[in-house]
Amino acid sequence: MKSFTGKTLRWEWHEGCIELTLDHAPANEIGTAMLAELEKFVAAFGSLASETTACIISSARKSVFSAGGDLRELYRQAASVPEKDRPKGIRSFLEHIHAVINAIDSAPFVTIAAVHGACLGGGLELALACDIIIADKMARFAFPELRLGFIPGFGGIPRLKRDLGNAVVRDLLFTGRTINATRAHTVGLVAQLAGEGEALAIARSTAAQAAKYDPVARAAAKEFMKPIPHEELRCEIEIFCELFTRPEVMAALKKFVEDSGPMPYLP
Amino acid sequence: MRTLEQTTREVLDLAAKHFQLPTGSLAPEDDFFKKLGIDSLQTLEMLSHLENHFGIELPDYEVQGVSDFKTLAERIQSRL
Repeated sequence: MKSFTGKTLRWEWHEGCIELTLDHAPANEIGTAMLAELEKFVAAFGSLASETTACIISSARKSVFSAGGDLRELYRQAASVPEKDRPKGIRSFLEHIHAVINAIDSAPFVTIAAVHGACLGGGLELALACDIIIADKMARFAFPELRLGFIPGFGGIPRLKRDLGNAVVRDLLFTGRTINATRAHTVGLVAQLAGEGEALAIARSTAAQAAKYDPVARAAAKEFMKPIPHEELRCEIEIFCELFTRPEVMAALKKFVEDSGPMPYLP
Repeated sequence: MRTLEQTTREVLDLAAKHFQLPTGSLAPEDDFFKKLGIDSLQTLEMLSHLENHFGIELPDYEVQGVSDFKTLAERIQSRL
């Protein structure tokens, strides 16, 4: 399938490059609807991979790449089932999103996240699966999950640890603060900085450059230098599910859902 | 080194420019959430503009609860 337009995203293959555009109001939250369409997206890799050199993931929404997991949906679904059944639902969601993000992580072509605006939680975890993050100078990054009493659940900690030092990981996790693109570039999270509104254009020129290299050597280099941390990813799911059963999590989710303040990502 | 007065003026001018308001239409005591009508994503945008302009990092938790330009400028000043 060379092009697709769904309810939360669309993609188009053009001259060897797949452009995936997230477009789900209000802030590209990753819930069951986006997950289902992301599963379609990675399923298309099988037929497209041999003629694809690069993939760019970007957002059509103003001011945001993705605000992360759909916490409102998560709260609604968790509140609608008996307490003992909650881990089963969240585990199933996590297994599916991990499969999607692992597929993006190990795709045999160069993957580029073109980030503008807020890139939080699950949005950052999606970007971290890509080989290269190109960020608009106005972009901001954060892992705010601890405010809700759980950890990032889409592979964030293992992938951040794979790419960066533990000091940065702990700062992001334990403060929940957002860091700007310049800081993210300095610590090595972001590969290239773009001027305001230019991230996608720079991602396209980067994809065109990557297309010039031998595909076999490129895939071998990627497999060698970017192994998927399967064991840690498995641990992450277990820790997340264990933390999720606590009443503090439901209380924090309820508070978040009802919060209309300017910094709902902070406790 | 900027004075607090200069920092405050730059914050006001930056906010007015970004949110396309006439220069001089904002005052130090103004509640920027009410005056600018900004949501959480726009708050992050403003934070990026301020950090890029002043060349500083301003952790969110240091401006949490701040709603007027004067206090915001004080927080920025302490990082210059």
